Amino acid sequence: MAKPKVAFYWCASCGGCEEAVVDLNEEILKVVDAVDIALWPVALDFKKKNVESWKPGEVTVAFINGAVRTSEQEEWVKLLREKCPLVVAFGSCAHLGGIPGLSNGTTREETIAAKYFNSPTVDNPEKIQPRLQSQVNGYELELPEFMPVVKGLDDVINVDYYLPGCPPVPNMIMDSVVAILENKLPPKGSVLAPDKSLCDECPRKESKPEVLKIDSFRRVATSTPDPEKCFLAEGYICMGPATRSGCGELCIRGNMPCRGCFGPTSEAKDMGTKFLSAVGSLLDAETEETSARLAGTLVDPLGTFYRFSLPSSILKHRLS
Amino acid sequence: MADENFEPKIVGFLCQWCSYTGADLAGTSRIQYPSTLRTVRVMCSGRVDPTFVVKALAEGADGVLIAGCHPGDCHYNEGNYRAMRRYPMLLQLLDQFGIERDRVRLEWVSASEGEKFAQVVEEMTEKLKELGPLNWKERSADYCGVA
Repeated sequence: MAKPKVAFYWCASCGGCEEAVVDLNEEILKVVDAVDIALWPVALDFKKKNVESWKPGEVTVAFINGAVRTSEQEEWVKLLREKCPLVVAFGSCAHLGGIPGLSNGTTREETIAAKYFNSPTVDNPEKIQPRLQSQVNGYELELPEFMPVVKGLDDVINVDYYLPGCPPVPNMIMDSVVAILENKLPPKGSVLAPDKSLCDECPRKESKPEVLKIDSFRRVATSTPDPEKCFLAEGYICMGPATRSGCGELCIRGNMPCRGCFGPTSEAKDMGTKFLSAVGSLLDAETEETSARLAGTLVDPLGTFYRFSLPSSILKHRLS
Repeated sequence: MADENFEPKIVGFLCQWCSYTGADLAGTSRIQYPSTLRTVRVMCSGRVDPTFVVKALAEGADGVLIAGCHPGDCHYNEGNYRAMRRYPMLLQLLDQFGIERDRVRLEWVSASEGEKFAQVVEEMTEKLKELGPLNWKERSADYCGVA
């Protein structure tokens, strides 16, 4: 019997998810034994016309990482959706919008201005910026459109499963590949990770005080967390209470508070406001003035609370 | 700037022990105030998850009022303190989304403050008329290029 074929594709991403596939180490040999890779732009040379020539169902599953920001990415993911019976959103960006999604905290015009005109290291007196069409030496050149907002994969196409994480951890990738091969998948739409919050699994759980109070916010950039204590109890923003577990608590074990890459559990629809609800009520403040003062010391709540999930949040983006 | 006929839509989350009863008192005392408020009775202002606020704004409200018992008077001892602690952080977050702070107001209204309740709704309505409609849903759909 022919081996099932799989496709890997990337959109607005950093390449970390591709790295995560390579991080399977020797295990990857088992994957390659079991499946044929039909598309993997980062490692193998395939063209769009190859994909267009696939018969429907010929390639079993597409693992797509990265958020969707350009018209080209939209086109590609729609094509893959058309061809593949299973689409897995691979990693935080495809799942929730991820780090590129933070760009939704500024408008498209602000993003372009910051990138091409206002950055201190940019010298661009002619205000050159990417355009859909341009003429160079008599040739007509085209670029994909830079869309107004960043979208997660399921804002563009139907997604069957989600593998969370920035990047997904190797054992989860392996488990999901095995589940697909053995056809032992959970109901469609599932996130292929546990549905408990990270705090439940946290190795520092015991050090969480009975009554948790935050009297000032601290940042890992300017001070070093105690290697044993609950981060929140020390005033470091740790997204654990609002984040899905399953990552193996890698950051916590590396003495870094959780940044929330696994996204919320199925019970929370909007990670940012859910976390705000939790952390806000922990402030050690008995008056409106103290609450305002403490909140004022928190740098960039939007970027912190929605670090990986802005495009999938209720408000989704900034409007000016 | 705003259309003269613009009637803002305010979603009001009122704590049932104080503010909802205060709103009731405003009604039974026949105090006149604008009919801009859509009331949602909640057990406590501390129950008002910030998610409710952004959801209301995203789905058509021009403003959101959260009203609870005065600090110290909470039926559950400190629910309203939770609301108080979250509020400034929520305003900061809304700033970053480009939503004016005046659209979301936290107010303490006791069961005997019918007058105050009416005044809060009046003030808020005036403010929102100045700001004009939020129209988040439509503007967002236009911006994202969704029909």
